[in-house]
Amino acid sequence: MRTLFYVLQKEFIQVRRDKVMLRMIIMLPIVQMLVLVYASTYDLKNVNIFLVDKDMSSTSRQLASKIDASPFFTINNTSFNPEEGENEILNNRDDMVLVIQKGFERDLMREDKAKLQLLVNAIDGQSAQIGYFYAASVIGDFNKHIIAEWKGLPDFKPPYQINTPSRFWYNSELEYKWYMAPGVLALLVTLIGLNLSSTSLVKEKEQGTIEQLNVTPIKKIQFLAGKLIPFVVIALFDLSFGLFLARMVFNLPIVGNLGLVFSFGVLYLIGILGLGLFVSTVANTQQQVMFVTFFFMMIFILMSGIFTPVESMPQWAQLIDQANPVYHFMRVLRMVILKGSHFEDLIHEFVALCILGITFLTLALKRYRKTA
Amino acid sequence: MNPYPDFRQKSPPLEGLGEANQKVIEVRDLVKKFGSFVANDHLNFDVYKGEIFGFLGANGAGKTTAMKILCGLSSPTSGKVKVAGFDIYKETEKVKRNIGYMSQKFSLYEDLTIAENIRFYSGIYGIKPAERKVKMEQLLKNLDIESARDSLIGSLPLGWKQKLAFSVAIFHDPKIVFLDEPTGGVDPITRRKFWDLIYEASDRGITVFVTTHYMDEAEYCNRVSIMNEGKIEALDTPENLKQQYGVKNMDEVFLKIARNKE
Repeated sequence: MRTLFYVLQKEFIQVRRDKVMLRMIIMLPIVQMLVLVYASTYDLKNVNIFLVDKDMSSTSRQLASKIDASPFFTINNTSFNPEEGENEILNNRDDMVLVIQKGFERDLMREDKAKLQLLVNAIDGQSAQIGYFYAASVIGDFNKHIIAEWKGLPDFKPPYQINTPSRFWYNSELEYKWYMAPGVLALLVTLIGLNLSSTSLVKEKEQGTIEQLNVTPIKKIQFLAGKLIPFVVIALFDLSFGLFLARMVFNLPIVGNLGLVFSFGVLYLIGILGLGLFVSTVANTQQQVMFVTFFFMMIFILMSGIFTPVESMPQWAQLIDQANPVYHFMRVLRMVILKGSHFEDLIHEFVALCILGITFLTLALKRYRKTA
Repeated sequence: MNPYPDFRQKSPPLEGLGEANQKVIEVRDLVKKFGSFVANDHLNFDVYKGEIFGFLGANGAGKTTAMKILCGLSSPTSGKVKVAGFDIYKETEKVKRNIGYMSQKFSLYEDLTIAENIRFYSGIYGIKPAERKVKMEQLLKNLDIESARDSLIGSLPLGWKQKLAFSVAIFHDPKIVFLDEPTGGVDPITRRKFWDLIYEASDRGITVFVTTHYMDEAEYCNRVSIMNEGKIEALDTPENLKQQYGVKNMDEVFLKIARNKE
């Protein structure tokens, strides 16, 4: 126990002396929470529409002004030539072209139906779909509105209409930042933990101090604990700092139990740091370590479900994700913070994180040998 | 000719040592292979308490490999090795309590101060804080660096680092201290001061096992072994070796052995 105290004391002094590291520990949460959460949002706010109104009737103008009045859309340009609209999409100035054919109003009155054309730039499939559905719902509203107007009945209801009023649970205003914040928190903790632990051990290799330690009677477990505990503490500090920022800056609701968040944080970090230590027992230089951890980070993050829902990944990818600690931890953070899930709801994640943690730690313990 | 005549006088013949017959290192048929390459080919030697044992050889002769085995940093392919009375296979951790080691890299933490390095290493060896404080004052006084106790190791000149690394390596009073080319890259005066420390340690009864390729340093050892291509080619006092090969200094002894091989 006393040995561990000296090891910890040394590690903390070393972190304190490392000015670059200290700055990262403070700056990373600020930058990630403030920039990343705002930047990686799917909230659709500003769709530019190119309007081709060949009808020039009062109905078509009403439709256009209704669309323009919606907070999501701006009519950027108008012309009679649809090809110009296509050009605008090509050079990315507009996202959608709405074509109202000549005779739109007449068809609508005489035949009770008319056609509109909506051309959507679908390079980004996700926002194209969202944009399309928003536009379709604005047009649908408009449709109901004119029917009511023409029939002269203010409360006109078409027969046999199924209405689905929706209420969104846990994030009623569909605030995308609230969904992103726990995800970014998970990234933050991972980045800090993995980097600190993996570079710290390999630094001892580069300086030759590890050889010096290996001739002392220090126990493997004492040495590795010395490499784990300080970084768990630092990463937990960053987790709380990040949570605090999210609460202050975009009012992130914290529905669940914070104790549960931090308990899972500790469990998760032990695994992540174990992985970092394992990497640094395999690598010999800091460059190698950075390269290998970067590789893990890329896969972990892209498969974690922070940007794309894991449920829509192919089956095999979902299977691989069971071995992705970031995936599990991100789920825990989102469930507890946004939904207030209890431990009983997180048994699966708990078991998975335990297995991964034990595996990584065992690998690190096995690989780190005092006698080669 | 010899820049350090005082050391020769201080280097007593082996018979002069009071506890000359107490073996602290016993090596029998030590073999270490890396694949098909034989780094250590059936080494046999004993080292006695309090002696300064020089381990000589060209680069790649197998000195560092053998030393790492004795320190428990590497396991031998075969052979029997006892260090400080303990078997290096079964009692590795006991061996480690009783040895000190200083590598070519003088492994103190560059981002810790002198005092912090001493505190850390003595903590690992279980030295009590009170004892540590007394010994540290003594050490700082001895090296005449009391004013630098709170300086980072990284800011010190190389010669200081070497002396400090050695002093820290023997801070826990080990039975044996292993020095792997401890004086590389410093001027003759600094080297001379370093050997002063080695003699002081030896006077305290600490056995010194030192590898070097400076042949003048070989002259200050009680006994030297000369390795070539994984084998020990000669092992005796410097005086006897010079006599045996009919030459004036260790440099020539070394060259003769190396040439005979070619």
